[in-house]
Amino acid sequence: MNHQNLYLPYLMTIEKVTEEAPFVKTFRLKFKNEEEGSRFSFHTGQFGEYSVLGEGESTFCVASPSTRKGYIECTFRQMGRVTTALSNLEVGDTIGFRGPYGNVFPVDDWKGRNILFVAGGIALPPMRSVIWTCLDTRDNFKDITILYGARSVDALVYKHELKEWNERPDVNLVLTVDPGGETPDWNGQVGFVPTILDKLSPSCENTIAVVCGPPVMIKYSFPVLKRLGFEDENIFTTLENRMKCGFGKCGRCNVGKVFVCKDGPVFTLKQLNELPAEY
Amino acid sequence: MEIQKKSISKASLQKLIEKLNANGRKIIAPVKKENLVEFGFISGLEQMAEDYILTNQSAKSAAFPKFEKLFSYEVTKNGITQSDSGNTEFPELVLLGVRPCDADGFTSLSAIFTWDYHDTQYTDRLNKTTLISISCSKCDDYCFCTSVDGHPGNTKGSDIQLTRLESGDYLAEIITEKGITVMNLAPELFANAPAVEKEKYLALVPSRFKAGEIAGKIKSLFENDIWIEQSLRCLGCGACAFVCPACACFDIQDESKGKNGIRLRCWDSCGFSLFTLHTSGHNPREVQSQRWRQRLMHKFSYMPERLDVLGCVGCGRCSRACPVDMNIMEHLINISEVQA
Repeated sequence: MNHQNLYLPYLMTIEKVTEEAPFVKTFRLKFKNEEEGSRFSFHTGQFGEYSVLGEGESTFCVASPSTRKGYIECTFRQMGRVTTALSNLEVGDTIGFRGPYGNVFPVDDWKGRNILFVAGGIALPPMRSVIWTCLDTRDNFKDITILYGARSVDALVYKHELKEWNERPDVNLVLTVDPGGETPDWNGQVGFVPTILDKLSPSCENTIAVVCGPPVMIKYSFPVLKRLGFEDENIFTTLENRMKCGFGKCGRCNVGKVFVCKDGPVFTLKQLNELPAEY
Repeated sequence: MEIQKKSISKASLQKLIEKLNANGRKIIAPVKKENLVEFGFISGLEQMAEDYILTNQSAKSAAFPKFEKLFSYEVTKNGITQSDSGNTEFPELVLLGVRPCDADGFTSLSAIFTWDYHDTQYTDRLNKTTLISISCSKCDDYCFCTSVDGHPGNTKGSDIQLTRLESGDYLAEIITEKGITVMNLAPELFANAPAVEKEKYLALVPSRFKAGEIAGKIKSLFENDIWIEQSLRCLGCGACAFVCPACACFDIQDESKGKNGIRLRCWDSCGFSLFTLHTSGHNPREVQSQRWRQRLMHKFSYMPERLDVLGCVGCGRCSRACPVDMNIMEHLINISEVQA
């Protein structure tokens, strides 16, 4: 029996702050206590509870890949009380972190397959962890395609990394912005993610699809993938239900008999089909 | 372990209370507060309410308080200091006069708080609590323990169970190690059990439906209109969850004063619209019928399936507390009868 207070966060120092897009920031975090840091490990797809003491906790996926040790990164949009408090912090400040929680993307099972990433808006961060995990072990996979869309050019996150992926010969990156969100010098696609996905028509042959985005994007992307012949068990997503505890007690993320925080956040479409649509 | 049967007189029970008090344990028992019976601290048997069916609130706050500190923190010049006083602040409690359904409520709570991750905040409190239940000689129209695998003399969850005999003495069943520890504080107060049939002293609670059958049935009714019909008058006030001995949903909040503060947890309810609301405005359970369905599904389908326990002990408190008179027992009978 583990006799520790599950609610007590690790203390982390903000080592680097990156402004990704308006109201979107990435924090690189390091453990204050080195011993805790060396004991810590996570797998891609897992999430944590990030806290500003006095304001509360917020749930985000770990946005950095599990292949890179010594730090974790999180990317968040300033939306509510906690993310506003986080936004006001600077390099050197301290935040709390609990985790890692939840299940993982089974990247080891994807060896030898093509990977298609479909992401929208602020949902690229959870996928970035998987993308880099795959790119850091690039030889394990065949073609890697990334389709990423945002409301506007401005709202695309990880701009420097998008540039890097775009320049890599072993990554096929397709960027799109919603109609009206383009700038005069925009040379990517214009259209909603499901539309561009349809236009792109990637082959389902030996391919794993990872889809992450706002509910409406996911809703319209699944049918496109189905039409392209993707099997339900080869389509992965990560659910973003509201959470508090992170370990299956507080009841918030309960959908059917599963707890998104315990049995998820990573699910295949096959698993989602067995759940009530309460996510 | 096998249940030991003893008896204890009223005078001896009074002495036991004094002994427990002297031993540093706080005693909580049903106390009359105006026209309500609620749990409160007592130092003598005369303070304990008699003639009550159930307390207004359940006993769950002994191990899962309405509001509790998880840890405290201080923002200093060099960063943040967090301090966790562990279980040292948790009192040694004896809950006297708890009803068997309330004692069994801890079985459901324990299942939630100990599956996979072990929530020591809860288990440490429960480990410091001894439950002395008193079996029910009376019930009312809201009681339905016998429909959910319970019984007015159910010993599950209790450490000691007392049953009042016509002589005024109590039959004392010593059920667990914790019960033995209490008895061993003053073994001279316990006499040999008289040859009595416990059943004779128990209320007759009619069985209205079978929980096992509901579990299978309710799953097939997910898309049924019954949830809309049943919840039309639900206000979403959450009173049902707050009086429930088996509801464990909670919220986590920070409370600060200057540079100091605490992180706390407090009861919450799946019946509140804010419970699942995303920051984006998206809400997976947007309307009250979905939340009512979640309440019953969780208790009668998801919990039995995942944790092998029901999330209901049949105390009927939710029906008594409901300001718009939604009666859970009637609704469950309804569900057992509806054609899928």
